[in-house]
This record gives sequence, structure tokens and C-alpha cells, in this order.
Amino acid sequence: MMSRFRNSLMTLAIVACSALAVTFFSGCAKKEEAKDTIKVGAILAETGGASFLGGPEARTIRMMVEQINAAGGIHGQQIELIVKDSAASPDKAISFAKQLIEEENVIAILGPSTSGESMKLKSICEKAETILLSCGAAEVIVNPVAKWVFKTPQTDSFAAQKIFMEMNNLGISKIAILAGNTGFGKAGREQLKKFAPQFNIEIIEDEVYDKKSTDLSAVVTKIKANAAVQAVVNWSIVPAQAIVAKNMRQAGWDVPLFQSHGFGNVKYIEAAGEAAEGIIFPSGRLLAADVLTDDAPQKAVLKKYILDYETKYPGEKASTFGGHGFDAIMILAKAIENAGSSDKAKVRDAIENLKGFAGTGGVYNFSATDHNGLGIDAFEMMTVKDGKFVLYHQ
Amino acid sequence: MSLELFSQYIFAGITYGIIYAIVAIGFNIIYNTTGIINFAQGEFVMLGGMSAITLNYYLPLPLAIIGAVLFTMLIGALIEIVFIRWLKNPSVLRLIIITIGLSIIIREIALHVWGDTVRALPYFTGNVVSSVTILGAPISPQVLWVLAVCSCIVILLSLFFKFTPLGKEMQACASNRLAATLCGINAKNMVTFSFMLSAAIGAVAGCVVSPITSSEYDMGTGLAIKGFTVAVLGGLGNSLAAVAAGLLLGIIEAFSIAIGFPLAFQDAISISILLVILFVRPHGLFGNKEAASLKEF
Amino acid sequence: MGAKKITGIALLVVFVVAVQIATQLTGTSYYLTQLTMTMYSCLLIIGLCLVMGYAGQVSLGHAGFFAIGGYTSASLTTTNLLPALEGGSSWVSMLNSMGLLTAGSSMFGEPLLTVHPWLACLLAITITALIAFLVGIPVLKLKGHYLAMATLGFGIIIFRIVLAMEFFGEADGISDVPGFTLLPGLTVNGDIDNRVVNYYIAAAVLVTGFVLLLNLIDSRVGRALRAIHGAEDAADSMGINTARYKLYTFVISAVFAAVAGVLLTHYTGGISPSDAGVMKSVRYVAIVAIGGMASLWGALTMGGILNFLSLRGFFGSYDDAVFGTILIIIMLFAPEGVLRLTLWSKFKRQKKEKGS
Repeated sequence: MMSRFRNSLMTLAIVACSALAVTFFSGCAKKEEAKDTIKVGAILAETGGASFLGGPEARTIRMMVEQINAAGGIHGQQIELIVKDSAASPDKAISFAKQLIEEENVIAILGPSTSGESMKLKSICEKAETILLSCGAAEVIVNPVAKWVFKTPQTDSFAAQKIFMEMNNLGISKIAILAGNTGFGKAGREQLKKFAPQFNIEIIEDEVYDKKSTDLSAVVTKIKANAAVQAVVNWSIVPAQAIVAKNMRQAGWDVPLFQSHGFGNVKYIEAAGEAAEGIIFPSGRLLAADVLTDDAPQKAVLKKYILDYETKYPGEKASTFGGHGFDAIMILAKAIENAGSSDKAKVRDAIENLKGFAGTGGVYNFSATDHNGLGIDAFEMMTVKDGKFVLYHQ
Repeated sequence: MSLELFSQYIFAGITYGIIYAIVAIGFNIIYNTTGIINFAQGEFVMLGGMSAITLNYYLPLPLAIIGAVLFTMLIGALIEIVFIRWLKNPSVLRLIIITIGLSIIIREIALHVWGDTVRALPYFTGNVVSSVTILGAPISPQVLWVLAVCSCIVILLSLFFKFTPLGKEMQACASNRLAATLCGINAKNMVTFSFMLSAAIGAVAGCVVSPITSSEYDMGTGLAIKGFTVAVLGGLGNSLAAVAAGLLLGIIEAFSIAIGFPLAFQDAISISILLVILFVRPHGLFGNKEAASLKEF
Repeated sequence: MGAKKITGIALLVVFVVAVQIATQLTGTSYYLTQLTMTMYSCLLIIGLCLVMGYAGQVSLGHAGFFAIGGYTSASLTTTNLLPALEGGSSWVSMLNSMGLLTAGSSMFGEPLLTVHPWLACLLAITITALIAFLVGIPVLKLKGHYLAMATLGFGIIIFRIVLAMEFFGEADGISDVPGFTLLPGLTVNGDIDNRVVNYYIAAAVLVTGFVLLLNLIDSRVGRALRAIHGAEDAADSMGINTARYKLYTFVISAVFAAVAGVLLTHYTGGISPSDAGVMKSVRYVAIVAIGGMASLWGALTMGGILNFLSLRGFFGSYDDAVFGTILIIIMLFAPEGVLRLTLWSKFKRQKKEKGS
């Protein structure tokens, strides 16, 4: 008898608590909707496995929205930014995307940071007719083109081609590729394999390793044992990209090491130390801001971004990743300005018609068939010399 | 396969294995005195590495490492005193879940303190590109450091448990807590000591592997899983067995690469081996069957 | 079925309906999206509760079973068999003539021919049950930390396999998984106009599963399980086949995880390696612990609240930190679970009364 009473009481308590919770939440949701703001959502991996991407992106986007609003907003309308931290988990990203679209009625979602999450949101945003400005690198995000989906980072197929062009210059024809088991590494490896024949390059060793590997000397030993390897391309993120460099140099192996455009932060040179010397990699011009000529279209933008970021977040260096976030928010702002309204469809059209927009990633020229807007000229080949990034061809 | 290549794989395997082993030893200390697996052990490794890197901005390397070890010991003691000491007859499963919770919290705090950047301590001798050639195989001097530190830890631990009064008291608690208490040993203090000792070993491990693996706020989980695997493989509670199991696992991993097994499946292989061994010898490779049956949830 | 159980379940059903009506009236039906996702996770959690709380076996690999279910269904329903059919594959044409394949089109109008979701779902459940059975035989012989390690290891192997195989999309996982039409008019998918229907599908599945488990623990099997939990050797000597009971509950809970995996994957339209990750398994175990280990009601409530808040992004970047804190606080101050806490004093009084 007692236990039945207890059980029903318990159930009643659950019901009461949950009902209270629901009313509480619905109370929260019914905020007065201010008419004169433009709602923009962002889903970024500020914590979790991709925080090295999501962290700088979120900080940059917050900073830029502050700047835009301080300058009076766009057409007198302030931007209301809602940042959601997905922790690189796709189920959270999906839940947040639906929240932003259905509840907040945002006109656009910035991010997500990784390709895997972006692919999951592609069809959601397409169905809901909401702009997605992804910060993921993989080409599949915008190829095939979905009407509402754009992305800001340079495409990995161009990075692969840029690397192969350089190899052709250096007379390298037999290479080994290494890739981390992330979405970034996967996409890069696919592009390398796809374009190698066009450049008469033969991939004779091909390995995928865990992104959290603590040491890769056995892999290096294995590919080094193949004497025909003339160069190594490594496509991964920190810390593995530094570990590859270290293990190769420790093994006394001095074939050229090419890295992907993910090697875009001064911290990586610190992590790899002397082993980073001589690494060749394609990169956006963010790292080369100081050596650009004054008439280069991106120079002013880059200089200002780097200065602003490093002033606002002391102790941190501006990175190409933060740049992806910068480009996403600035392209959106520019498109709203051009469209003359914050109507979703008009802004989308305005992005598609945006030409000659200088961002940190390059000069964007969008079109109905190109939702990335960057060409191969967005890349410069860079190298590391005396612990600093410099242009490879000077 | 030439001798040179063979020894290169061996040394690569030793590099992997010794890192796992040094983490596994930390697990064993707490297991021996309390019978629980401290899932926050990986976080001790992370804390040691990260705090040494921070201290190294202001202090020379040896002092920074000593500071980091003391700091981590303090955290270890605090954890035990605040979260574990006052519990009355906690079940082992409850303790395990508490340590899982602690590892999550420590990791999140580290993210907010140190941010998401990857850092590393400088190499103890030489630099990132220097190597020593042994049997025709180049090997980083840091690996020799890890080997040396790991051997020292194992030797010092066995001396400590055999010859010092404190060590003997800790062992007494491990084998029979009630009897030890009746003999006037403060069992609770012994548990605190074991947490401090294990934190210190974790911190030393974190410092000595940092130049090789780099340190970041979420390195703990991966290392903890590997360390736990190795500790179980060797037989819980036996540090020497952990070293042997670690090296064995590392060498298996290195040679699985050598024979062309896809690297992406590397972890799957080492864990399958572990599972098979567990099914055949449920108390680990070098474990004692009797001892294993005494300590359960 | 006892009266108290019927009251409890009736209240649960009333609650489910009340929430839906409340959201409808307040114009906040968007909560149903997260509630639906939450209910599928809860399905896994109550299954795990059976293994942990009642059979007393810890499983740190349940995300693995979720992933086997989800990935099997996702890969089968997204692999386009049209080229194989045109290429004259006898297998595919046979399946097609049996009506087991279904035609559709991708987001870009490309024609697709895929395995029917029902077939995929049944395969997913069968495969999971089979794997759980085969893995369970040796694993459940282990005890304590060794059992924890073995289940953890199983989870890692599954994680590694889905992360390494091109068929499973490697690090990106599988996207654009089509809806799952259970019956004409009842489709599991994430469309906005299908929200209410999906909420009730999830609720129906969850409540059914819950009732099954409640009955199970009250049956002979349940009594045997409690005996195992209390003193395995004693139970053994009483003639209870402990190994078999443990194995059955393990398989049942794996099937619960697989069903959750299949339905959630069709609902969100995708699955990724992080769904198979160790951290996910640890989270499930932790939720069962917070709910009070041997309390299906507790597991259901805590699973519901914590997953819902997490999916809402309620704690922002502090999601994991808050989760860890709750976990520790509950384990320190209310190891019997949060639901028992409120009734703790009452409980004690009752015991005293009994004693006197």
C-alpha cells in the first residue's frame, strides 16, 4: 500500500516538474520580437574535438557583429546574433539548426565548423529555405550546388591542384600521402587521388592515421622504406600535422613535406619547432598579409582583421580559421546591404550575385553554379623559414 | 625486412608502448590501495603537461616540471579529500562514476583556462630534429628519456612499497583494509597518499611525453583509455606487468603497420587482441587469478 | 499487471499528451523536435538500465549497439542500387522483384533505388541482436573492471570500424538518410509538418518499450535478475542459470539501443562516428547512474531531462561541465538517484516503523 502510494506520488512529482519546466520554457520563448533586428544564427564547435576551428570562428563572428552594430548596423537594423555550441556533434548541430530555423526564424546560419555537420545541415537548410554559410572545407558541401548552401573556406580541390602544380615545377612525380581520419583529411585525400593523374603524379603510398595519434614514427618508417617516394603530402589538423613533421625529420628523412591549407596558424610552427622548417603548403593570404603589395585587394581587409582580432583577444594569433568566420559574417552583411532588405530570398540572391568581394580567404565571385566563389588564385604557396611563414616564391 | 628496418619498427613500437605504460602505472597505484580505477588519471597526465608548459614561461625546465608535479599532487589530494574521503562505504561503481565526472570537469576547466591551442614542452636534450642512432635506427632522445623515467618510476615504486614504512602501510591497506585499520594505520590517509602518488606519476608522465605527443586540454581521455587497456592487459595492479604489456602492445601496433594493415584499424586490432586475451585469461596476461577474483565491483 | 504500474503508465501517457497539447496551445510546437530526439535516446537508456540496474552488469559500449542499428539502416537506405540493377546484378533484380527495394530521388532529382527501410530496420535489429549475443557469451563471463574494459573495448572497435570504412562515410558519417514510412501516412522523418506525428511515434515506441521492461522485471526473469545482482553465487546455487539470464538481458538492451539508433537516424536524417563514441557510452551510463541505477522510472526521467536540455543547447558551451557537475553531486549526495532523494526521509521513517 505504502509503496503504491510512493510510486504514484513519484509519478505525480515527475509530471508536475516537467509541466512546470515546459511552461517555464514556453515563457522564455515568448520574448517580444524586436522588429528592427536581423536575426542571424551560428552553429560552431566552440568546445569538443573541433574547438580549434569553432573557437576562433565564434570569437571572430562575435567581434564582427559588435563592430557592425556599433557602426549603426545595416540599413539602420542591428544584427542579433545567436551562437550555439555544437561541440562538433552532428545530432546537436541538427537540433540547433531546427531550433534556429523554426523558433528564431533566423535568415541565415553561419557554420558549422566541420564538413560532417555541414553535410547534415545541407538538406535541412535547403528544405527550410534558410541560408547556410558553412565554414567546412570539403567540396561536397557546395558540389552539387544546393540553392541555399554556401561556404567560405577555400575548396580542397584547389589546394590539391596547387600542391600538384608545385610538384610539377619541382619535378616530383612519385609521392606518398598521409591523412588524418577527420572529415578534413578524408576530403583532402579524395581530392589528391582524383587530381593526381591529371598532373602525372603517382601516389605510391597512402595511409590514414588517427587524428589523436601521439606518435607516427612507424608510419614514417614504412613510407620511408619505399625509396621511390620523392615527396610526402600530409592532410590533417593539429597536433598530427606537427607530429608527422617531427617524426620525418627525426628519422633523418629530408624529402619535401607538403601540408594542406589547414596548416594555417603560427602556433603550429611552435608545435613542430625546427621540424616545421621548409614545409610547403598552400594557404590563403591571411598568413602573408605583411608581404602583400599595397595594391593587393585583400591587404587592407587582412591587416584590419588581424589587428582587431589580436587587440580584442590578446595572447592569441589570428588564424585562417577565424578568417572563415570573418568571411561568413561579412559576406552575409554585404549581401543584406546589397539586397536592401533582410528578406531571406533577396539576401540569398544578393550572395549569389556578389562579385569581387575581398575577404580573408580570397576575392569571392559567387554565381549560380559556384557557391564558394573562390578560385585557385585564392591560394599562395607558403613555406616556413626561421620560424616564420613566408611566401614560397619570392 | 632488413635489420635496420626491423629495429626502426621496434623502436617505433617502444615509443608508443612506453607512453601507454607510463600512464598505466598511475592507474595501478590507486587500484592497489582502493580497488578502484580512477578514470581521471588521463587528466592528471594532461594537467602535468599543461601546467609545466605554463610554468616553463617563467621558470627553467627542471623547476617547471617539479612545480607541475607538485601542483598536480595537490590537485590529486584535493580531489580525494573533497570528493572521496568522507563517503561512507561507497560502492566501487559509485567511485568509478565520480572519477568519470571529475575527468569531465577537469577537462572543461582546462579548456577555459588554457584554451584550445596545442602546446608542447621543449625537448629535454637536443631539439625536435635531433636523433640518436641505435642499431641503425634513428630514435628521438626524448624516447630514451621516457624509457629512463619509466624505469626509474617502476624501480622506485617497488623499493617504496617494499622498504619504506609508508609503502608497507599502503600495501597493508590494499590487502585488508579492516585489519590495517585495527593495526593503527590510518587507512583514509593512505588513500589520499595513493591519489597524490598517482597524480605525481601522471604529471611526470605528462611532462616527459609532452615533447613527443604535444599537450592539449583533451589529451587525457585518449591516453586514459590506452593506459587502462594496458593496465588490464598486464593484469590490474602490477606495474611491471603494465610496462611489459605496454611495450608488447606498442610493438604489435608498429608491426601491424609494417605488414601493411590499414592504420585506420590499428586501435581495433589492439583492442581485439586485448578482448581475446581477456576471454582466455580474464585476469590479464601477467595477473594473478586469485587476486583478480578478490577485487570486484 | 499491478495497479500501481497501471497508474504510473497511465500518468506517463497523460503527461505525453499533455505536453503536446501544451506546446500546441502556447504555439511552441518546435519543442517537439528535441522531445522526439530525447525520447529515442531514452529508449536506449532504459534498455541500459535493465542491464546495469537489474542484471548488475556495467556496459560501456552501448553507443556501439546504437551505431550498429543506425549505421546498418542508414547505409542500406542510402546506397543507390540503380547502377547495380542496370548492370544486371541478379541479386538486386531479385530483391527488386520481391518488392524489397524502394525508388526515390535525391535532393537534386537524381533517381535512387534503395533497400526498403523496413527491411533495413529488420536487418539492423537482427544484426545487432546477433552481435550482442556473440559478444555477450564471452564478455558477460568477465567481472568488475575487466567487464568494463571489455564492453568499452567493444564500443571502441565499432567506433573504429565506422570511422575507417568508406561504406560508412568515414569521419563525415552518412547524410541524407530518407524517411522511414512505418505505415502509409506514418513516416519517421524530420519534416516540420510531420512533427506532431513523429512525436507520437516516438512516444508510442518509448512507452511500449517501457511497459515491456516493467513487465520483464516483475516476472520470473526479473526476480532471477535481482537475485543475480544481490548474490550471484547464491543465485547460481539455487538453480538459476545466471549466465543465460544475463545474456538475455544484454541482448534485449542491445536491441533497444538498435531500435533507438534506427529511428533516430531516420528522424534526423544522418548519423556520424561521434554517435558511436566512447563519450556517448559514458554519458548513457552516467544518466542511468543519476537516475538511480535500478530504477527504470529514474532512468527515464533523468534521461529525458538531461538529453532535452542538452539538445536545446540550454547550457551553451558549459554542457559537458554542467553534466559532469550534476553527475558528481548526485553520486556524492544521492547515490540512490535523484528520485529517491525527495523520499529519503520518508523511506527511513518507514524502515523504522517496520523495525519496531
